Amino acid sequence: MSIVTKFEIHYVQYINEKGEELMSLPAFAKDKEILISLYRFMVLTRIYDAKAIALQRTGKMGTFASSLGQEAVSVGIGNALQKEDVFCPYYRDQGAMFQRGIKISELLSFWGGDEWGSHYANNKEDFSIAIPIGTQLLHAAGIAYAIKLRKQKRAVVVTCGDGASSEGDFYHAINAAGIWKLPLVIVINNNQWAISVPRTRQSGTKTLAQKAIAGGIDGVQVDGNDVIAVRHIVSEALDKARGGDGPTLIEALTYRLCDHTTADDASRYIDKADLERAWNLEPLSRFYSYLIKNNYITEKLNEKIHEECNQQVEDSVEEYLNIPLRLPESMFDYLYAKLPVPLKEQRDEIEGLANE
Amino acid sequence: MNEITIAEALNQALAYEMSVDENVVILGEDVGVNGGVFRITVGLQERFGIDRVIDTPLAEGLISGMAIGMATQGLKPIAEFQFMGFIYPGFDQIINHASRLRNRTRGRLTCPIVFRAPYGGGIHAPEHHSESTEALFAHIPGIRVVVPSSPARAYGLLLSAIRDPDPVVFLEPKRIYRMMKQDVPDNGESLPLDRCFVLREGSDVSLIAWGAMIHETTLVADELEKEGIHAEIIDVATIKPLDIETILNSVNKTGRCVIIHEAARTCGVGAEISAQIANKGLVSLLAPIQRVTGYDTIMPYFKLEKYYMPSVKRILKAVKAVMEFV
Repeated sequence: MSIVTKFEIHYVQYINEKGEELMSLPAFAKDKEILISLYRFMVLTRIYDAKAIALQRTGKMGTFASSLGQEAVSVGIGNALQKEDVFCPYYRDQGAMFQRGIKISELLSFWGGDEWGSHYANNKEDFSIAIPIGTQLLHAAGIAYAIKLRKQKRAVVVTCGDGASSEGDFYHAINAAGIWKLPLVIVINNNQWAISVPRTRQSGTKTLAQKAIAGGIDGVQVDGNDVIAVRHIVSEALDKARGGDGPTLIEALTYRLCDHTTADDASRYIDKADLERAWNLEPLSRFYSYLIKNNYITEKLNEKIHEECNQQVEDSVEEYLNIPLRLPESMFDYLYAKLPVPLKEQRDEIEGLANE
Repeated sequence: MNEITIAEALNQALAYEMSVDENVVILGEDVGVNGGVFRITVGLQERFGIDRVIDTPLAEGLISGMAIGMATQGLKPIAEFQFMGFIYPGFDQIINHASRLRNRTRGRLTCPIVFRAPYGGGIHAPEHHSESTEALFAHIPGIRVVVPSSPARAYGLLLSAIRDPDPVVFLEPKRIYRMMKQDVPDNGESLPLDRCFVLREGSDVSLIAWGAMIHETTLVADELEKEGIHAEIIDVATIKPLDIETILNSVNKTGRCVIIHEAARTCGVGAEISAQIANKGLVSLLAPIQRVTGYDTIMPYFKLEKYYMPSVKRILKAVKAVMEFV
């Protein structure tokens, strides 16, 4: 008998839950501007999430998915991406989307029941939030194929949750990425829960990162509560992808400190003690400890960042609440490039009803 | 003269558009060296390269999902499904994304994709190789469903489908892939979508069909002609959106109507056509609308398939019924 193949999965963490440096940091982590930017977007995300839940609870918005406790994953991705790259988010990616030119008011508008919330005035190519689970991985693979066909030096990042890694589309995408060596980076936000189903019931594999092996691509696990690690690993994977050296699957380990959405009550299935343990590992206070220990931030600057983020969110809420209701007949206007003649009668009907 | 079959006309259209538009790519199972199991893409990989005529892994969800991503980057993917019966793993991406992306993003991201699949029975194939489920697709807002029935319409409609800025499900009646030849100049001229074609004018009865059923319908019309009954034949061609005007004009003239399709009867496209005629053309009807369709059964294996599919005999019987109704 002989061994045909072997694999190992590496785990990457730079800063532990106490904000201590475990090994020498990547070069970007010496750049105060980047560090503060990462911190600012994590704060912004947390404030936005809290505000969005409040809007839903007061009837001013629809169902909403928070990213509480997972801010480092999305914010790290957003910072690693370059403008010309393409991002295909799932529904806990506000942290990255804010960095991609997508306005807070647009995201609120999306959750507020208006398709214009995915129009993105300042971003032409990124996909909008994917609601069906895992389907966006194939869109990302298709985009990556087009990029490769045109020999462009850019790449695609797509995200999903741990539950999505059980979907057929996830395996299709890993497979496609391996066959064509696509410039694609897949990031799993493994927050341990797919609504009420825990990670252990999703897959018998020791890691989700090792699913990469089945597609012949690289897989790596990263501490998703360590924004330095996420930013670094995604950035390295993107450089590799842009350079023509193929795809990477990254599993970021986090914990969902919030309900699945505002329509869920996680206290029905998450053990209180587990949740408390998870709070001790959460990304924002850990990063703040690191920054303050190393004099990158002061309490005063921290306060200022919080004030500014609060203001930004408040202004965006104002903007969102002032968006006028769309005309009912507009539901016909983006079905096709040009409204087919047979549909005109239905459009006229709704227009007529609205005017009655 | 360029006398070619439907299969050759489809190949000719694909080659034409790939040669004039570098954004056109083909992806599917066995579409490369093998030229597809029905040889519709034969010779294209050799001519346009493996990057544009893409043999995919055996995964239909991958085919439709990746086509969407490609389309948003300005490519014009033509996705081939080997048989309509195998399209369903890719159905999720069609119904949940391809048909909706323009609407979802208010025109920011669009899906100019052609989803091609051979469909219909009568080729003595195993289970899953003979169904006609066009109604499943016709029910989806945001896509077009197109079915050619002759070499010229195969060429012209496929060119339109590729050039269309929105997703088109293009169903190819495989039974007649090689049944007839027609002169189809390779001039890049397309035919309009969203239009029914009046194939033969007549004043006594409207025969409404599409795809391979046009063949039986034409035989029926020839038979009726001998008896002095002038049948009008309408090839629906684009099932969604449905050009009801052309159908109503015909029924207004003839007052009698038979709809013929291979698909099962209940909630078939014939039901929609009937409902619209009842709604807008009832007073012109001289007899109840008749439907000659597949039965509401599972498509039988091929030993019995000829009893399932509308035959000349069955269609004639229905026409007689509408002609004799008083």
